[in-house]
Amino acid sequence: MIRLEKRPTPSRFWTAATPVLAVIATMVAGGLMFAALGKDPLEAIRTIFWDPLFHPQFAGYSRPQLLVKAGPLILIAIGLSLGFRAGVWNIGAEGQYIIGAICGAAVGLAFYPAAGWYIFPLMVIAGALGGFVWAMIPGILRTRFNTSEILVSLLLVYVAQALLASVALGVLRNPQGGGFPGSRNLAQYPAAANLELIPGTGMHWGVVAAFIAVIASFVLLQRHILGFNIRLSGQAPRAARFAGVSPTALVLTCLGVSGVLAGMAGLFEAAGPSGKISIDFASGYGFTAIIVAFLGRLNPVGILLAGLLMALTYIGGELAQFMLGLPKASIQAFQGMLLFFLLALDLTSNYRLRLAKREVA
Amino acid sequence: MIRRTLLATAALGMALAFGGVASAQALDKAKACFVYVGPIGDGGWTYQHHQGALAVKEAYGDKVEIAWQESVPEGADAERVLTQMALSGCNIIFTTSFGYMDPTNTVAAKFPNVKFEHATGFKRDHANVATYDARFYEGRAVIGHIAGKMTKSNKIGYIGSFPIPEVIQGINSYFLHAKKVNPAVEISVVWAYTWFDPAKEADAAKALIEQGVDVIAAHTDSTAPLAEAAKTPGVIGFGQASDMAAYKPSPRVASIIDNWAPYYVKRVGLLLDGTWEQAASWEGMPGGEVEIGEITEAVPADVKAEAEAMIAAITAGTYHPFTGPINKQDGSAWLKDGEVADDGTLAGMMFYVEGIKGDIPK
Amino acid sequence: MDLSAINPAVLFASLIVAATPILLAGLGELVVEKAGVLNLGVEGMMIVGAICGFAVAVGTGSPFLGFVAGAVGGALLSLIFAVLTQYLLANQVATGLALTLFGLGFSALIGQGYVGIKPPPVSALTFGPLSDIPLLGTILLRHDAMVYLALLAVPGLWWAINRTRMGLILRAVGENHDAAHALGYKVVHIRLAAIVFGGAMAGLGGAYLSLIRVPLWTEGMTAGAGWIALALVVFASWKPGRLLLGAWLFGGITVLQLNLQAAGARVPVEYLSMSPYVITIVVLVVMSARGGRAAGAPAALGRSFHATH
Repeated sequence: MIRLEKRPTPSRFWTAATPVLAVIATMVAGGLMFAALGKDPLEAIRTIFWDPLFHPQFAGYSRPQLLVKAGPLILIAIGLSLGFRAGVWNIGAEGQYIIGAICGAAVGLAFYPAAGWYIFPLMVIAGALGGFVWAMIPGILRTRFNTSEILVSLLLVYVAQALLASVALGVLRNPQGGGFPGSRNLAQYPAAANLELIPGTGMHWGVVAAFIAVIASFVLLQRHILGFNIRLSGQAPRAARFAGVSPTALVLTCLGVSGVLAGMAGLFEAAGPSGKISIDFASGYGFTAIIVAFLGRLNPVGILLAGLLMALTYIGGELAQFMLGLPKASIQAFQGMLLFFLLALDLTSNYRLRLAKREVA
Repeated sequence: MIRRTLLATAALGMALAFGGVASAQALDKAKACFVYVGPIGDGGWTYQHHQGALAVKEAYGDKVEIAWQESVPEGADAERVLTQMALSGCNIIFTTSFGYMDPTNTVAAKFPNVKFEHATGFKRDHANVATYDARFYEGRAVIGHIAGKMTKSNKIGYIGSFPIPEVIQGINSYFLHAKKVNPAVEISVVWAYTWFDPAKEADAAKALIEQGVDVIAAHTDSTAPLAEAAKTPGVIGFGQASDMAAYKPSPRVASIIDNWAPYYVKRVGLLLDGTWEQAASWEGMPGGEVEIGEITEAVPADVKAEAEAMIAAITAGTYHPFTGPINKQDGSAWLKDGEVADDGTLAGMMFYVEGIKGDIPK
Repeated sequence: MDLSAINPAVLFASLIVAATPILLAGLGELVVEKAGVLNLGVEGMMIVGAICGFAVAVGTGSPFLGFVAGAVGGALLSLIFAVLTQYLLANQVATGLALTLFGLGFSALIGQGYVGIKPPPVSALTFGPLSDIPLLGTILLRHDAMVYLALLAVPGLWWAINRTRMGLILRAVGENHDAAHALGYKVVHIRLAAIVFGGAMAGLGGAYLSLIRVPLWTEGMTAGAGWIALALVVFASWKPGRLLLGAWLFGGITVLQLNLQAAGARVPVEYLSMSPYVITIVVLVVMSARGGRAAGAPAALGRSFHATH
């Protein structure tokens, strides 16, 4: 019988090897699915994983797009990972992302059509504040009333979605939009637009912020006392309390940081790639970022890579749809499989598999 | 300055490398691409656009290759999908939802040699962008007539998606023509605030039925309102966007079919001939874009004959569903006797006509 | 506006039907969470249940077999979650989200040939003249068998959780898995059973949606019902009786606002639709402010268990 034995420290070899193994396993299982759908499995898998990076026709465009798609995922996931390490479960980043986008966009739209260098920074601040406030609700409820932050943050996602629909149809609706729901296009309003900083690279402020967040979180966790406290609280809550870590301050800090980053991600998306606040603005980045945080094993560099891998399956999946005529559903199922394999094999980095005889009790 | 030049060069480079042949030339082969907002299996809006795409393939055979992508969100993803399609060698790209308006125009700027056709929008910022829409309100007039004749409770219902001009045109047209044949008729409008949520659409139909409504029209995408109507004998409804033939002969007594095939075939044909030009098309029954599906035997023969006469009149161009005298909801005059509504007013229609109770949500 | 057009008895009857899918899925998730497991994949399991139930009912002509298939489909999908989280110790939140993603895609793949088809009809049970009792007959005695099954499941589960040995063990595992393990209970097996039960109930809820409530199949037809079921469990503070109330509240608000609209009343739709969630948060806060334990959240909720000895 197979037995699991916890490793004293995560295995470096397996930490590096499991993602590769998971991708290979997904290619096999996904290939079978594509074959069952009557498509050439090799071609499908090449289109998803290879073409966005190296296809002579697309790669020039889709490589930068990886950054555009991965940027918000990474930015949100970095914020979430701090809390997850400390045992603070913010699963409502989607709500903070939406509120950040609404607040930031509202500030930008309030200035329309004025010009001024200060407008975009103000929007970023408003977006961050919006996300912060939305994350503080579960934070304060948890520290003041001991209410589960998992549940409150999740419930607030629904409230945020209803608010989004309300403003897209109401106060933020474009007066020149022919009555259709949705705001003015911020990407076409120069003072508020979050455009590519260097054309053709996909780098907009949100991607820059994501890279800064990766580096900052890396330094924080390695070098800073706060990072130490976060890790300690997650691994040994009692020891942390004896060491003088205030649980209240820690919960509020973790939720606050993740709220700020999610809110900023929302604003960068609303002012850049998406351009507007509309009813279906929320595309699930906040939830996907949770998966990214775990795929990256809550490690900043891991999250960076996991975010890029997720982005690759999105963009490659799009190519596979219109180049090969694969249904979108098969791409979703394929992504689900990839996640299952990654999560399943994750085990090997923390545990050793041992063949053992059944213990005599 | 440098940034701008770089941008221009990049766009030019892309256009030269991937844009294909110059616009005025005829093409031997073309690739037509379609971007859908929902799944092809929605049984309504997207399904009908895909039927149009397949009709293009059938009409031109080996001369045309088609490609499509379904369930593309109307934000950042749309712009990427459009760019990738243009890069992959699509010569003409049909974007089939209002929310694609800005991405369509943005991408069109970068690929001047690719033609873009945007459904239901009004922005044509570049010479290679055309828009197209269908006069669904012509179909609404016909089913409104049937509704007015068929209702026994004198209460008819309408499930709206969002309060936008296209939906309000439909409500007004439906009500006007029901009222014309049945002055006692009243309409209840329920806003679902979604294009697609079968459970909610069914609940909306149920709420209407419970309050005595016995004819239901819907401007949402699924067959759920018909499925709900089927549960109560005596309640009828209409197919929306596609024929929804599974519910014949009742509750589905007729249907409004969005037939995009004639337009798609025509536009791809122009592209092949090298005579494609920017246009703002808003066709209806005369062009075959709006069709009324089979009127079933559940409708009395005389009503069916009247409905068919109306279809013939609209198709021949002798009758416009918005012909005066028509007053606005507040009683003020909108159209004088014999006056016909102009397209500008219709495209921005955000008011009810006289006789409809309730307000349009703001 | 003519509110007299709304018949309260009829409104309540349709509210019961609207609440049935989320009630079924919510009861399943309640048991899962009682065992200390948080499965966020309810939406995925529901939609797989919806297509499995629909496909089998259409294929065999039997709605009964359809419901069985819906439950089996949901249970099979939940088995993936169970294996990943219980044996391979994967994070429950991430696995649950992945399950929803996979379920939505997978159901759409199987469902490609089933768009635009009508399933075999399910008739309401007849209680003879009883169904004609004013008010009560209209509200309660004109439904299909699944409505009664869901309603009976509420006291049934209450009894099973609070009055049986099995329920005691389930709660012990959810409150403190280490202590339960020390007492000799098979934590992993019990959680596995709870997860599969939750999957089957979610599948039933999905099948109810595609076979009775809407009777049709389209991609993504659950449109968020699974997420509502999750919120419902919290609203109910893990008590079956309150879950029923919550299901009627959540289901009822949509039905009520649509009815008000149909009657010509102006309704602030967005505020009404966010209200159940705000109420849930308030309820949560009040309960937890009254003292941590009263909140009813199983103490081990969401944590993995690995026996070290």
